[in-house]
Formats: sequence, structure tokens, C-alpha cells
Amino acid sequence: MADTDTKVRGAAEIDPHREPIVVVDDLHIVYRVYGAGGKGNAASAFRRVIRRQRRPSMTEVHAIKGLSFVVYRGEAVGIIGSNGSGKSTLLKAIAGLLPPHRGGVYTDGQPSLLGVNAALMKDLTGERNIVLGCLAMGMSPAEVKDRYGKIVDFAGLKEGFIQYPMRTYSSGMGARLRFAIAAAKTHDVLLIDEALATGDAKFRVKSKRRIEELRSEAGAVFLVAHQLDTVKDMCDRVIWIEEGRMRMDGDPEEVVAAYTEATGK
Amino acid sequence: MSHPERLGSPGGESVGTIAEPPHVNETLADYAARHGLRQSAARPPLRKYLQSVWARRNFIWAFASAKNISMYTDSRLGQVWQLLTPLLNAAVYYLIFGLLLGTDRGIPGFVPFLVTGVFLFGFTQRSVSSGAKSVGDNLSLIRALHFPRATLPLAIAVVELQQLLMALVVLFAIIFAFGEQPTLQMLLFVPVVMLQLMFNVGISMVMARLGAFNRDITQLLPFVMRTWLYTSGVIFSLPALIKQTKLADYPFLSELMQLNPAYVYIELSRYVLLSRYRDHVTNDLHLNEAGQLWLAAIVWAVVMLVGGFMYFYRAEERYGRG
Repeated sequence: MADTDTKVRGAAEIDPHREPIVVVDDLHIVYRVYGAGGKGNAASAFRRVIRRQRRPSMTEVHAIKGLSFVVYRGEAVGIIGSNGSGKSTLLKAIAGLLPPHRGGVYTDGQPSLLGVNAALMKDLTGERNIVLGCLAMGMSPAEVKDRYGKIVDFAGLKEGFIQYPMRTYSSGMGARLRFAIAAAKTHDVLLIDEALATGDAKFRVKSKRRIEELRSEAGAVFLVAHQLDTVKDMCDRVIWIEEGRMRMDGDPEEVVAAYTEATGK
Repeated sequence: MSHPERLGSPGGESVGTIAEPPHVNETLADYAARHGLRQSAARPPLRKYLQSVWARRNFIWAFASAKNISMYTDSRLGQVWQLLTPLLNAAVYYLIFGLLLGTDRGIPGFVPFLVTGVFLFGFTQRSVSSGAKSVGDNLSLIRALHFPRATLPLAIAVVELQQLLMALVVLFAIIFAFGEQPTLQMLLFVPVVMLQLMFNVGISMVMARLGAFNRDITQLLPFVMRTWLYTSGVIFSLPALIKQTKLADYPFLSELMQLNPAYVYIELSRYVLLSRYRDHVTNDLHLNEAGQLWLAAIVWAVVMLVGGFMYFYRAEERYGRG
């Protein structure tokens, strides 16, 4: 931390007239991956424990290598990059789910991360997921009753599906319901990881409107998506990361254009 | 927290002395701190945490009820299993320990004695085993929404309480069917269950933290729980064992076994519910340990609840990481 020469401060320009909501300061993320390596039988596992070796399959991945940027209130930031570039890792770090190896993430309020796994509680019906999700976010039962109809409308599930357990939902339906629940509350920072990818065109229009509302309520929205038109459509700033490093940060049109050129289409 | 004010027009005459803006050399961390931003993975202060847990009491209750309902949805008999499971459990133990092995050692009313033990031990046992899974099973919920994680093991304890209430219907039916009369003393059973609930909440919080970071725990637990079952006087009478076997020669060991929390809650329940067993222990075995049992029950409940909560709370910011 103390080494001054590696300070990437210049990379993050500060606009003194806007109010920051997320500050990412020279963030490094290293995490461990446990795979199903080794011989995989009991004897070899036992030998490993006796010799106090680490699991052979465990590798350390340096996923984020010194990112710095500042996001202000009311911004919708798209994050693009090829597979494995660290997009999802970055969102997890902002949400506070991965500890920084070095540097830090500072936020105002609690960020909420919407990921790809479709169900909140897969054995429960959509109806109960809505009620429980809202209660977990700290709403009162009266508020839940109040918002319930809106959430169902927003998710736009087919007739009757709201009474089925969530494990019976298609990935698109699950993602829609999840987004609808999370979007029912105003979040200071909402992180959306591919959660809109499975939605259809109609849902995309609705979620775009909701994201704009959330932004106008002075929060910030982060969006990871592979469809570049979605990113261009919904964001007013795009960050392009590659191998855990910042490649470009700026206007959606420019960054997306540079990205498409680099990926060689 | 003050924002730098724009000083006049930028093109104006430079005075020279105010050329340097106030925050030119600050680090990003300082900048964040100046705007009141906090580390995103920080754990809230204890007071605030307790308040937010209390604010989620509706969530805890709704989550527990939903879990309870979904538990048997795949079976045809559905909620009937809530009653059948404890009944069958008691029947199995009666068959093996009452009829085949004859561990009753002259206990009057062995069936109510056994059923009380089995049901109340199950209350703690299930709190431990589902508590260990309470964080791991709800990772997608934890990662998607922000709420105090302590509500999960709390909800687990409530699920088990709801299960116990169903089992108690069976328990009381058996107790009365075997000739026990309703007495005022039975009302003391309510505080016993409350104390056991406090203990269970505490222990399921401890297990939740252990289970969240070490999945091997769930493989190990069945063996630990079975050992605990056989040392807690569930299927035999510990006072009788102490009086009538070699255990009497090891006062330290028998003292230790009587401090076992599972034994304490089970034995205390038998004291307040089963008058014949109470008379048997006081008159035939010449023991009067009610005072010690109550004391141990209260101490265990308070220590476990406070200790378990603090232990869980201290890892609050790490539960989403898998």
C-alpha cells in the first residue's frame, strides 16, 4: 500500500462538482479457485492432508490488477470486456462480496448485486419469493402488500406462474422476477450482472425505464452485459476492462466502437 | 464534507496565494472519506446491527413459515409428516430401547420419558444441523439482497420451534394417554422451552458461521450429533445410571455429564411434565437436582445466545464470499 510510485491516481480524474457514490481505489482482487484436480481418490486426499499440502487444484487468480475510478450519483455505468476479463469479479468486489487484496472500494449505502442465478429461494413459489425478498430488503408487510402488484406486473410472468415454485421457471422468467423484486426498492448502488440478458425485448424496455428511474433517484447503476447495444442503450458511461486492467473509460459510443474494433468484427 | 466552491471565474486574475485548490494532494481513499463513503465490505456497528435484525422480524417469521411449508411439498401426505415424523421417531426408539434392549431400568412411565427426550433432543439437533447449512443454502439470497445475515440462523431456530410445537401436540397426547394428570407445574414447561430456544438460537448461529466457511462440518455433524444423543440421557435415565453403575465412582465425569445442555433441557422438561419420573428420581434415587438444572438451563441459554450471536456477527461481512 505504501509504495507511492505505483499509485494510479492519475487514472481516476476527480470532478469536484459532482457527488461521488462509488470510489474504487487501486483495487486488486486475488481469489482462490478450488477445482476438482488431483487424483480425486480418498488415499491421495488423505496424503495431502497429512503432508499439510494445499489442494493441488487450488490456484490463485489475480483477477483485478489495480483499477481506479470514481462513479458519481445518477450515473449508469456499463462494464464491457471479453469473457474472463474480470467484469463479474469487479461487481462482486463493489458489492463487498470479495475482499480487496490491495486498495479498496468505498460506497455510499449498501450496493445490491443481481446475478445470473435465477432463483432467490428456488423451492418457494414466485409469490413467496416476492414477499420474502421485499421483507429481507427491510420493507414492512404493509409496503410489501402495496408493491406486490407492481412487482408481478413488472416481472410480466405468464398467468399462473406466480403460484409455482421458482425452480420450475425458465432462466428468463427467473431473472425477470429477481430483477423486479430488487428494483422494487430504491438502491443507492445497483449492480446488474447479465441479469437482463435473458429478458425479451418488452422486458428490456421496461427495465431500461426502471434503471433510469433508479438513476434519477440519485443512485448509480452498474451493468455488465455482453450485448453491446444493451450497454449503449442503457448507460451513459462505459468502462472497458481487459485482464483486470482498465482499457478505456468514457462515452458509450466511443468505448463500444473501440471495443468492437479491438475484438475484430 | 464541504464541497469545494468555485472561486470566481476561472479566467480571472490569479491572486497567487489561493492558486492551490484545497484537495489537490489527497488520495482516493481520503476523497472517499471526505464524501462520507465507507468500505463496502464493512460490518455495521453492533447497535445498528441489532436494530436492523429487529426490523427484519417479519422477514424471519415469513421465511420460517415458508421453509416449513416447502419442507414437505414433495410428499403426498404433505403437512401430515409434521406429526408423523416425531411419532415414528418415538416408535422406533421405543421398539429398540424399550422392548429389545430394555434400557428402562425401572423408570416408571418409560414411553412418556422416552418421547419427551427424543422430541426435545430433536429440537436442538435439528437447530444445529440446519443452522450449519443456513448460510450455505441461501448464498444466492445473501448475494442478491442486503439484510443482516443473523436473520437466517434465527429463522432456522423459528422453523424448528414451529416443528416442535407440532410435535408437542403428539407429546401431550402421549403423556396424558399414559396416565399423567394436567398440573399447574406443567406451565413451567413454557419457560423451559423458551430457554432451550435461546440456547438453540445461539448454537445455530455458531454452526452457521462454522458451516459457512467449512463445508466439511456437514459431513462430520451426524457423528457428533449421534454421540451427543447417546450421552444426553435421551433413551436412558442419567440419574439412574449415575446411581446404579460404575459411573458413581467417577464423580467428576458424572458431574460433567449433568452439565451437558441437552441433558439439562431434557431432564428439566421431564421434571415439570412427568410427575411419576420426578417422584422416582427424588424418592427412589434420593436426588434433588431441580435447582441445579434450572441454574444450568438459564446459564446455558444466556451464554449461548450472547456468545453465539457475537461469534456470528464478527464474520458478518464475509458470509457472501464462497
